[in-house]
Parts: sequence; C-alpha cells; structure tokens
Amino acid sequence: MSRLTQFGNDLYTGARSFDFIGRRRLWYAIGAAFVIVAISLTALRGGFVFGIEFRGGSEFRVQGTTAVEEGTAAATARATDAVDSVVGGSSPRVSIVGGDSVRVQTEQLTPAQTNEVRNALAEEYSVDAAEVSTSFIGATWGEDITRQAIIALVVFLLLASLVMALYFRTWKMAAAAIVALFHDLIITAGLYGVLGLEITPAAVIGFLTILGYSLYDTVVVFDKVRENTLEDGAESRRTFAQSVNLAVNQTLVRSINTSIVAVLPTASILFIGSVLLGAGTLRDIALALFIGTIVGTYSSIFLAAPLYVHLRENEPEVKKQGRRAQAARSESGAVR
Amino acid sequence: MARTTTERKAIRSLVWLLVIIVALIGANGASVLFNDGQWTPKLALDLEGGTQITLSPQLATGEEVTQEQLDQAVSIIRQRVNAGGVSEAEINTQGGQNIVVSIPGEPDQETLERIQSSAKLEFRPVLTADAASNSVVAPEGTDVSGETPAVEGTDTPAPEGDPAATPDPAAPAAPAPSVLPTNASDLAWITPELQEQFASFDCASLDVIGANVAPVDEALITCEQDSTVKYILGPVEVAGERITDARSGLIGSSTGVTTNEWGVFIEFDANGSQEFRTVTERLVTLPGVQNQFAIVLDGRVISAPRTNVAITDGRPQISGNFTEETAKALADQLKFGALPIGFEVQTSENISATLGVSQLQSGIIAGIIGLMLVGAYAFLQYRALGGVVVVSLSVAAVMTYLIITYLSNQQGFRLSLAGVAGLVIAIGVVADSFIVYFERIRDELRDGRNVDGAVEAGWKRAFRTILISDVINLIAAVVLFVLAVGNVRGFAFMLGIVTIVDLIVVALFTHPLMQLLGRTQFFGGGHRFSGLDPKALGAVYRGRAQFRAPAGVGAVKVASSSREAQRRQTIAERRAADISGERKDER
Repeated sequence: MSRLTQFGNDLYTGARSFDFIGRRRLWYAIGAAFVIVAISLTALRGGFVFGIEFRGGSEFRVQGTTAVEEGTAAATARATDAVDSVVGGSSPRVSIVGGDSVRVQTEQLTPAQTNEVRNALAEEYSVDAAEVSTSFIGATWGEDITRQAIIALVVFLLLASLVMALYFRTWKMAAAAIVALFHDLIITAGLYGVLGLEITPAAVIGFLTILGYSLYDTVVVFDKVRENTLEDGAESRRTFAQSVNLAVNQTLVRSINTSIVAVLPTASILFIGSVLLGAGTLRDIALALFIGTIVGTYSSIFLAAPLYVHLRENEPEVKKQGRRAQAARSESGAVR
Repeated sequence: MARTTTERKAIRSLVWLLVIIVALIGANGASVLFNDGQWTPKLALDLEGGTQITLSPQLATGEEVTQEQLDQAVSIIRQRVNAGGVSEAEINTQGGQNIVVSIPGEPDQETLERIQSSAKLEFRPVLTADAASNSVVAPEGTDVSGETPAVEGTDTPAPEGDPAATPDPAAPAAPAPSVLPTNASDLAWITPELQEQFASFDCASLDVIGANVAPVDEALITCEQDSTVKYILGPVEVAGERITDARSGLIGSSTGVTTNEWGVFIEFDANGSQEFRTVTERLVTLPGVQNQFAIVLDGRVISAPRTNVAITDGRPQISGNFTEETAKALADQLKFGALPIGFEVQTSENISATLGVSQLQSGIIAGIIGLMLVGAYAFLQYRALGGVVVVSLSVAAVMTYLIITYLSNQQGFRLSLAGVAGLVIAIGVVADSFIVYFERIRDELRDGRNVDGAVEAGWKRAFRTILISDVINLIAAVVLFVLAVGNVRGFAFMLGIVTIVDLIVVALFTHPLMQLLGRTQFFGGGHRFSGLDPKALGAVYRGRAQFRAPAGVGAVKVASSSREAQRRQTIAERRAADISGERKDER
C-alpha cells in the first residue's frame, strides 16, 4: 500500500491530525492576504487585459506556414507589413501560436479590408488563402457574454445555496461554501490580472466551471462533517470543532486524490493546448480550471470548514456540547 | 441467502445498464438506417472549418424580442441563405436573443449581405403578369387561375372566385406611353427596356442573385414565390410596417356562420388604412391583372390577391385556396416579415478546415493523455481497484459517445472545441465519484467491516455524497446552458450529459461490479494488491463485534479506537443522537 494510504489510515483514526480548525485565524489571514494581493495587484496593473472578443476587432490566423522558422521577429514583421499594406498606420498585435501558425489581431476592418488583409497575409506567408482563418467580433459581443455570465453566476449561486441549505439542513454550510467559492473565483481571476493574461470567453467558461468544482469539493467535505457531527450524541467527548476537524482530516486523502484526478486531465489540456495550438479555447479553459481546482481544494479544507465552525460555535447547543466534552476529558484523563 | 440476493441485485443492475447501452446503440442504428444519421457526432465549425455568424437584434432601449419573432426571423434568414444556393447551413437561436448562422466553407459576399438585411415587406400594384419562363419548373401556363386569392372587406364576404380576373398572359403589356406615370397602377411605368427585361426574365435568377430589391418609387420585376408567375409591379403603395396585426382564421359568411374556407385577416394602422383605401378604390375599378396587388417579401411575391371591393376600414381579408397551414404561414409572414427589427452582425468567424482538424486532434490527444494519467494515478493509489476506475471510465465514455451521437442525429447537436474540453475535464469529474466511493469503502474497512459489508455500507454513504455533488454540478451545467451564450453552452451541455452519465455508471456499473468483486477471493479476501487490504488500511477490529487487538499501536490509537467503539453505538442510541443532531442543525 502506498504511503498515502498509511497517511490516510492515521488521519482516519486520529493518530495523526492537522489542526485545520484551531489555527483558522492563520488560514483566514492567508486567504484574505491572497484576495487582497489579487485585487490590488490587478488594480495596479490597470485592470484585466481583455481578449479581442471583449475589445472588438478583427482576427486573422495563418495556418501551416514555414515562416515561423525564421524566428519570431521576422515572422511578426511579415504580418505587420501585410496589414500595413492594406490599412496604413495600424499596429496589429501579432503572436506566434503553436509550431506553425501566426495570429494577427487588428482593429475592426470592413469586409473588403478583411479580404485584402487576408490575401496579403496569404501571400506574405506563402500559404493558400484558404489557410487564413478570419474572424470579426463586434465590440458589444463581449458585453453580451459578460452580462449573461454574470446573470448565470447569480442564478447558480442562488440555486446552489438553496440546494445545499436544504440538503445539509442548515444555511450556515451553504454560506461557508459560498464564501470559499468567492475566494476561489477572486484568486483565479486575480492571477489572470496579475500575470496580464488575456481574459477570453473561453477563460470565462473556465471561471464559471470553477463554480461547480469548488462547490463539489466543499460539498464532499461537508458531507463527512455533517455525518461526524450528527453522530456526536449527548455524551460525545469531542467538541463541535474537534468533530469537524476530525471529519476534515478523514476526508483529506480523498480531497487530495480527487483534486489530483481532476487536475490531471485539465493539465493535459493545458499542456496540449499551449504546445500544439497556442493561445486558444483549449488553453484558456484549462488554465482557469487548473488554477481554480487547486485553489478550490485548498479553500474547502482551510476556509469552508473553519468558517462553518465559526458560524456554528456560538449556538447554545454547540456550546453546551463543548462544555460537556471538556468535562468528559478531565474526568477520563486516565484513559489518555 | 443474503449473499445470493446481493448478487442477484448486482446482476440485475448490470443487465439494466446493458439494456440502456443496447437501447442507445439501437436508437443510433435506427437513425443511421432511417434518418440519414451517422455513427459519429457532427462537428461544430471550429472543428470542421466553416463560417459562423452571430446576429443580434438591434433594439431600442427597453425593447425585447419574443421567441416568436426570433423563430420567424430564423425562418426568413433560412430562406435567404438557401436562396443563395448554400446547403447545410444551420440557423439557430441562442440565449433567447441571438441568431447564429453556421455555414460550411466560406460564403460569398452576397450571401453575407443577404443574411444581414432585415426582411422587407411591401404592397405593390400588379401592372402585368405572365406565366414564368422558368428554367426549373415548367408551369401550366394559365392554370394559375384557381390559386389567385382575392381580397375582401371583413364584413362583406365576396362572391366566389371570378376566374376572369386572373393573370392573363395575353392581356395588357401595352406599349409604354412616354409620359410620366400618374399613379402606381399607370402602365406608363412599363418602359420598353423594362418590357424587354421582363420578357427575358428568368425566375430561377431570383434564387441566385438573392434579395431582389428595387427602390420604393420604381417598378419591380419579380416572380411568385413558387416561380409559377412573373410580374411587373408598380411602386410601393403601402409599406409593410403599416401592418399592425395579421392572423389566419376561418372566414365568416355574412350571416356570421363560419365557412370552411381559410383566410388571412390583416389590420393596418391609421396611415396604412388610408393608403390601402386609396389603392383598393383605384384597383377595384381596373380590369385584368391590374386589379391585383402583390404582397412582396424580400423582393418576392408571396401572394397577389384580386381586389373585389374597396377596403375603407383598413381591415382587409385575403381569401383563396388557403389551407390552415398556408393561411398561417402568410399571416406570419405579413406580421413578422414586416417587423422592423434589423439584425447586426456581432461576430463573424471563419475557421479554415486545417485549423479545425488540428483543433480536433489536439482535443483528442489531450483526452487520451488525461485518461492515461488518471488511470495511472488510480492504479498507483488503489492498486487493482484502478482497473475498476478504468473500466468504469470506459463504460462512461461509451455511453457519452452514444448519447452525443444520438443527440447529434436527432437534435442537430454539434460537438465544438469547448465541448471537447468539457468532455476531457469531465474525465476527472467522473473519476472523482469513484474515488469518493472507494475512500468510503476504505473507511468502512478501517472500522473493521469485512469487504462485503464495507462495500454496502460505503456505497450507502458515498452515493449520498455523489448524488448531492452531481446535483450541484448539474445545476451549474443547466444554468450555464440556459443563460450563457456562445461557446459556454457547448461546454455546459457536455458537462451536464457527463454528470448524468456519471450517476448512471456509478450506480449501475461501478457499485454492482464492486459487489461482485467483493465476493472474489482476490478482493474479498483483501489481497495485498486488491486495494482493499484491511491490514494495510489499519482496520481495528474484524467481523461482527469481534475485536482483534491491533498489534503495536500507541496510546493515542487505543484512545481513538475506544472512541471508535463509542461511535458505533446501538441503533437506538444513534437514532437518538441523530434526532438531537438534526434539531441542532435546524437552528
């Protein structure tokens, strides 16, 4: 059996235990620090860098050209020349993607200009015009996507909170899970802001998928928490916080395994997307998810569970149980 | 006895799964055989290459589009695209307000322009008509008589059709006087050049050149929609925007008894009523085809009824050889074709076929690598149980593939790059369910149950967890699918399908498989490589209430196992605890 299994055994029985709940102030501080850094650095950089879908403009993609082998500078210069020959004075954004493609982004062109640029690019890179993909995105398209995404976010949060509150029969778990979710979203989006990565609709898909994953992970942890705390009868020797902590420890191996398994395919898309295709749908979805999955696992354990204890510990029932557990421990000190 | 019941249940579950899979294969086979389906899912344009255009309505602030309007716009745009000779174009509505046009390959400029122009409806008087010299359809010459509808006032039902007033090829075509026309019905509109153009006009050319638009104050040569009759029409007399309502229904007789004849009822606004009155007062006095007026949509005559009476109240009714469907179709065209919603191009994306293929390949490679990594990790962590993960994933993959193909054949669903990404990411989501299950089984083993019991007890607890987390995932997928636009939908759709497949596979395949494997010597006996070895899992006691002293455990472990023992209370105790626990939760 692997070492992780032994580790899991110890966590399960309590032979080994991490104090997730007791040191919660530390975790809160770390979480808050990350969120603040994410927001402030993004603000310092002047906000997010939006992809062409949000800015509006025309995009060309030259496929299968050997010009890339000339080196980035030379290959880029060709594209600039081609665009300048049609619309003078424009400064197109040119990037090399994958092994043999060039992506050129310009301001919005008319259909006629688009055609000319396309032909110019085909000639410059000595490929067939059919190998040059073109797209045009109106400036309001991004607004459309953003508005719909925000509506979807709000509706999802409401529905998911309701389902969780019903399932766990307490709104406090739902509240803790949602706080953790926002932590994940802000940090993931922040990383885009800090690194200056372009936010594209595919990245937005990634962000929205984090919603599902982050809650999924928290729900699995909370299900164990609920089970453990329900089993605590009147004569429990554990305080509420200790029960929750044991639950989190008991699901820790599960958390690690599920996150790794969730991250592996995402990493595979990220790798293939970046290496073979360059910037594009695959990479953008995978990058957001990759970061979000890792942060989501962290927050389920270090934020959601402590927050839940925080919300519950002032309840009279829970306090009473805590006192009992304290008393029981001093009486049965001999066992320890 | 219990043993055989469990086994029977497990086998029954597996049979059900088999039934589902066979049914899916059958459904797919049926669509391949009878509906021109295929065994592979259709690909979206970003994987296949082609052009995708997103149109959104130009609305004034606060204005909303209805689904009905969108559907109508879709059907008009479809007619236009098809008129351009483009086959296999797909036109869908999206997100309740956008229209997405997907065209394989690269459309020409004219097609693009035609798609964007808003539908234009107008009323023009007929100057002359002729049986169309159509290269495709050979019309029966004058045999269009019975089909010419008539226009009447709503409260004055017309006498039955008068064949005399039908397009008569021999009739007018009068030599054009070289004077300025005095009104829209004036034959002076027909100049010799126009006459010549008319003579050589081929209705088939309408299909090719597309929207046949003439300025509103000039004459227009065009054809009936079915290309049976061609016309020279006068200038526009009433614009389509003047129509406030159009509906179809059975025509009532003067006594108020409904007849069996279908008709279309139009209502004009005040200006339109006035204009229409002027037109009909003039037309009703004219002979032959000049008595007719043409309803022109996008440059084509959709109907050219005779004028039986002057309509003074702006509420004409059109009768003719309508069926319920054709009457409704005309009413819809009148009502919506006239709507001044313009559409503007939001995005236009052209993907070369090479790029499409390379994107598809990349997606598939990423999927294979992801699958192998997950399989390898599962073997590392769960030993032989890793095999269960891989087999379950394969079953899930087969089911997902069949469902996608079925939806692709039946619903016209197309797999996009974002959808492929969704599928690959879903590998992790599905494998997660198995891990949740396995970890639960291990927890039960640690508590000292035998493998049989651990599988059952672990399943009960794991299934709850899997269910609630899948419900959360499903909510995410449905919300995104319904509300989001663009690529997000393809992705969400895949995630939603896989979530459902996950539930089916884990309940009908993985669990029964574990039940059966639990009976084998290898797994049930907790072989070292089975992933279910109680010794490796540090089980504290074995069998029913039969404690086995764990060798060489520290004081902490003794304390914990006694705690464990305390946790395993009698049912009554536990129920009491549950109740108090629930009460606690409700606060």
